[in-house]
Parts: sequence; C-alpha cells; structure tokens
Amino acid sequence: MTMKRSRRWFLRAAVTAAALVTLPVRVLARATAAFKAKDTDSLMRELFGDMPIEASDAITLKVPDIAENGAVVPVTVSTDIEGVQQICVVVDNNPNPLSAIFNLSEHCVADVSTRIKIGDSSITRALVKTSDRVYMTMKEVKVTIGGCGG
Amino acid sequence: MSDKPVKIRGRAKNGVAEIKCLMPHPMETGTRKDADGAFIPAHYIETVVCKHNGKEVMTAEWGASVSKDPYFAFTVRNAQPGDIIEVSWTDNQGQSSSGELVLK
Repeated sequence: MTMKRSRRWFLRAAVTAAALVTLPVRVLARATAAFKAKDTDSLMRELFGDMPIEASDAITLKVPDIAENGAVVPVTVSTDIEGVQQICVVVDNNPNPLSAIFNLSEHCVADVSTRIKIGDSSITRALVKTSDRVYMTMKEVKVTIGGCGG
Repeated sequence: MSDKPVKIRGRAKNGVAEIKCLMPHPMETGTRKDADGAFIPAHYIETVVCKHNGKEVMTAEWGASVSKDPYFAFTVRNAQPGDIIEVSWTDNQGQSSSGELVLK
C-alpha cells in the first residue's frame, strides 16, 4: 500500500514538474503560422490582421545595398516612433520571408541589430507595430553570389 | 541539454546600456543537403528572452533565416553599473542556453 501510494505521488509530481517546465514556452506564443508563410502578403495578414500599414520615414533600416555574402547580412532597425511594441524583419524573396520578430517592452530602446541570410537579391522590409497601426520601410539588397565582385 | 553559453558584452552609459550578444548555434534551415544528398534537419533558435535584473525586457522570435552563430544587439533603458543582464534562447529541438553579464 505504501509502495503504491508513493508511486502515484511520484507520477503526479513528475507530471506537474513537466507542465511547469513547458509553461514558459507556451506563454511566449510563437507566431508559427507567420514564420511558415511563403509570401509577404500572407505573413503580414497573419501578423497584423486588418491593422493599417503605412510607409514611414521615421524608421531607419540599415542594410547594405550590395551584400557580398548572402549568408551573413547585417541588419539594424531603429525608430523614434513612440510606443513600439514589435519590430519585424522581412525578406520578400526568401523561402520563408519572415526572419525575425522582436517584442519590445517600454524598458528597451527601439533599436535592434542582428545578421540574417538573404538567398537572392530582394526587397527587405522593416515593420514597426504600435498599439493601433503598423509602419513600414523598405530597401533593396543585391546579393552577389561568389562574392568576388566584377 | 545546454549548448555553448551566450557571449554578452555591454556597458551602462548615461542611463542606457547597449548589449551585444553572440550565440553559437548552427541555425540550419532544413533546406540544405549533406554530401549524400539527404536533407540536414532544421535546427534553429526560435525564441530569445532578454532580462534586466530578472525582469523580461525583450523577447525575440526567429526563423531559420537568421545567420549561423547569431549576433544580436539591443539597448536597455534605466541601466546602471552593477545591473544584471541575462539572455537565453530555446531552439526548435528543445535545446537551450543562456549567458549573463554584470554591467560596468
């Protein structure tokens, strides 16, 4: 009897522990569908629904005009827009255009940098989401394969 | 299941701290093939969590198109010397790692 009870207790404890471990991952609620989207239009619908998207000069998207190595392209997105909740980086011609989403709290400056892969010359977009609208800026990046110029 | 730690550098200046990190990770897209023509399974960082003194200040969701050994820089407000910055990641295979920095 004592044995049985302790085994049941152990199982229950194990299940609870497993649930606790997986909990933080669920809280983050990754935008899986948007990352799987194959074109820019459907991923923007997935991410922003019906929110208005407008072109803006207030976003600085720093990417090279010509990237010699498409596997490592530095990207910096910064903006002075108030109340930024999210910054997204999108590369139109990539198999899955959505590269990265940054969810910002008010404790962070709207200025993020990373390095992404660009498969072929493409329009690169930076999208900045506030509580009521989405701002966008675009820039074309040419990728030279081989990297020797010429 | 912990990979190589996240390397973090940063300094508090005028109340803000620019943090730069490097996360050693293969970032396989799942579309590349090995020498035998078999697909190399996708293996990439999905989520990154940045904490300032234990409080979550930014999360990032990444796809496979972030470069190998990702570089990531961000800026935290209200940062003072002695504050602790922690950056951790989880990938699509359930592996994770983190790194910590005490601001100077």
